[in-house]
Amino acid sequence: MSVTATIRIQEADFDVAQEIAALSKGRTDIGAVVSFSGICRGSENGEPIAALTLEHYPGMAEAEIGRHADEALSRWPLQGLTIIHRFGRIAPGENIVLVVTASPHRQAAFEAAEFLMDYLKTNAPFWKREEGEKGTSWVEARDHDDAAAARWTKP
Amino acid sequence: MRVKYFAWVRERVGMAEETVEPPADVRTVSDLIGWLSSRGEAYAYAFEKPKVIRAAIDHAHVKPDAAIAGAREIAFFPPMTGG
Repeated sequence: MSVTATIRIQEADFDVAQEIAALSKGRTDIGAVVSFSGICRGSENGEPIAALTLEHYPGMAEAEIGRHADEALSRWPLQGLTIIHRFGRIAPGENIVLVVTASPHRQAAFEAAEFLMDYLKTNAPFWKREEGEKGTSWVEARDHDDAAAARWTKP
Repeated sequence: MRVKYFAWVRERVGMAEETVEPPADVRTVSDLIGWLSSRGEAYAYAFEKPKVIRAAIDHAHVKPDAAIAGAREIAFFPPMTGG
């Protein structure tokens, strides 16, 4: 049976437990569900943050995440996949992103979730702007995120 | 073709999108960045470090040497910071 990923780009918050349940409810073939939630921190390098505002590229965000979802489905024996990425203003403690993977055994679910998060960080067209005490500033991309994504590239 | 700008590239250029008709000798993404940069101070500021700028053609990432012929929509933006 082919698996279709659920991908949502939305301003509204989401309920992690509800998304996990939606993937696994009523099924007896799934042996492992891994979920990763990215949450807005209240400080960065010791400086308090009032909120993050995420800008995104509508159309490309869906296309790019869809391409990576397809790659994850082709590389690991997944039985279910949900990816949700929020945009707009997000306060500390609120969800930013969710990846849920389901598979018969844990290794595939762990690896696929990590692969997807590494690629979302570096390839999904979203940009974070921080609201701090000294004003707002765009978050800079980090080299270690690029390195994390690069390790999934086939030689 | 339509050109879109995001994040600080958008702020520096001063608009989110526009329609442009570059001359025929503007063939690649890199050429387009050079041509846009020549259109005024705001563009020159946005593209002052071309190596930092990322580009997409019709919703897919491309390298600076990608041909722009036939593109409907080209976007320029900083390295992504989602997730």
